[in-house]
Amino acid sequence: MAAVTADQTAQAGADRPEGADKALEAAFDAAVAADERIEPRDWMPDAYRASLVRQMAQHAHSEIIGMQPEANWISRAPSLRRKAILMAKVQDEAGHGLYLYSAAETLGTGREELLDKLHAGRQRYSSIFNYPTLTWADVGAIGWLVDGAAITNQVPLCRCSYGPYARAMVRICKEESFHQRQGYELLLALSNGTPAQHEMAQDAVNRWWWPSLMMFGPPDDASAHSAQSMTWKIKRHSNDELRQRFVDICVPQAEALGLTLPDPDLRWNEERGQHDFGAIDWKEFQEVLKGNGPCNEQRLTQRRRAHEEGAWVRDAAVAYAEKHTATHTAARNEEATA
Amino acid sequence: MTAALALGDDALVLSHRLGEWAGHAPVLEEEVALANIALDLLGQARLLLSMAGDEDELAYLREERAFRNVQLVEQPNGDFAHTIARQLYFSAYQRPLYEQLSSGGSAFAGLAAKAVKEVAYHQDHAEHWTLRLGDGTDESHERMQRGVDALWRFTGELFEPVEGLEIDWRSLRSDWLESVSAVLDRATLTLPAGPQSGAWTAGAGRQGIHTEPFGRMIAEMQHLHRSHPGASW
Repeated sequence: MAAVTADQTAQAGADRPEGADKALEAAFDAAVAADERIEPRDWMPDAYRASLVRQMAQHAHSEIIGMQPEANWISRAPSLRRKAILMAKVQDEAGHGLYLYSAAETLGTGREELLDKLHAGRQRYSSIFNYPTLTWADVGAIGWLVDGAAITNQVPLCRCSYGPYARAMVRICKEESFHQRQGYELLLALSNGTPAQHEMAQDAVNRWWWPSLMMFGPPDDASAHSAQSMTWKIKRHSNDELRQRFVDICVPQAEALGLTLPDPDLRWNEERGQHDFGAIDWKEFQEVLKGNGPCNEQRLTQRRRAHEEGAWVRDAAVAYAEKHTATHTAARNEEATA
Repeated sequence: MTAALALGDDALVLSHRLGEWAGHAPVLEEEVALANIALDLLGQARLLLSMAGDEDELAYLREERAFRNVQLVEQPNGDFAHTIARQLYFSAYQRPLYEQLSSGGSAFAGLAAKAVKEVAYHQDHAEHWTLRLGDGTDESHERMQRGVDALWRFTGELFEPVEGLEIDWRSLRSDWLESVSAVLDRATLTLPAGPQSGAWTAGAGRQGIHTEPFGRMIAEMQHLHRSHPGASW
């Protein structure tokens, strides 16, 4: 709990004594510095609130759009066991989206409003989901690399300064690590399978490696929100730090898989105690963010269509609830007057 | 074992159809719910097919004429009301079926005892949506009635005796009709008046005679597995 509550904020707003905002801000800064959690009723700077809404909405949207590339393979999964695993995973992603929209709602926004912004292209989702899943092995590569990158990014968020976000991340990270292990195991089965399966696995890793590294965002010197987010302890590590950590984790895992990573410049640097790796194609990254990736149009169109085609179902649920609440209330009123 | 295939194929095929909703549902809660039901059914399918042989061989290497599911479950999803009507008819059948099986001493008793809890949840879900759509807006009412009418002709087959199942089919049918009529009535919908099977004989699906969309469905389902003979996944 942070030191200043919303009640105090209201009081401060009522008579606005000189320096009240400054005092609130100082208390907020002190709470963040002391690693206390900021809760929904606590005072917070507008920019902190806006930054969290942006990040949490983007995170929630990524879970929802991220269902599509994997759902693309549910109907073609090659064994019933794999089909069950994949269905459970896609279901979990919808659940993660729900947690995150709820967490974002504690900041005074609504799920409908956030979805409208996604559909209008005014809020983003992770660039990675604009790449297509072309073979079954892509399902494994997404589990291993994409979920792996997400976990590297998200584990520090479990200690994020905003309580509801941090708590959502604890639950999400547990399930994500499970998915990541399943993806790895899928690739391992392919890598150790027939030559055609091995080739399928290698091809998927070749296509997903660089987009996964892009998931950590632009390099530190070009990251617009980083410095402020780190001061506020929304973020705990820089984009480049996390990206480096991810590369160092993946290299031995790729070896254990018997697969190579598509980077001729990737090598161990004895001096740094870390891997050096090749340059990321930031032009491609920018294009994907701008909407010019391979699947941007398709992903957003499918999301909009699901929402639009579902409108009559949501309307029906509301109409039914209203009718039956009204009947219920009328009956109760009758009872009361009787 | 014909009975295990019949029940297993029902669950496998309906699970597949529900899986096609992933990423397309009208609300996020339904993404979760439909996937959940699909997973329950897939779990049932795996147990049942394993009683009859190797689950993957049976799912991926049989041709259309060898599948023993009822035609109801292979019907394409259509709109949400159509999917819910299919779910309503099937869960209202599966629940008393598994209830009977769970109390008997058959090979299916253990499995049915577990599955009946899942199916009760599926039926609850289908009934609540039938109510919301039937008694929601004019549009949803019309769509729900259309779904209920369109699928009615596939319901007769549900009560054709399956060899190897110790079931009182007559009481199964009356349980089914009772629960379906009651929910349609509460939902302000009309119980369809037409025949419960087409000019085709009822029981066709159980004999491996399917409807046209089914072949395309299993072509998609089996393609990858069949492209890599002998591979393990």
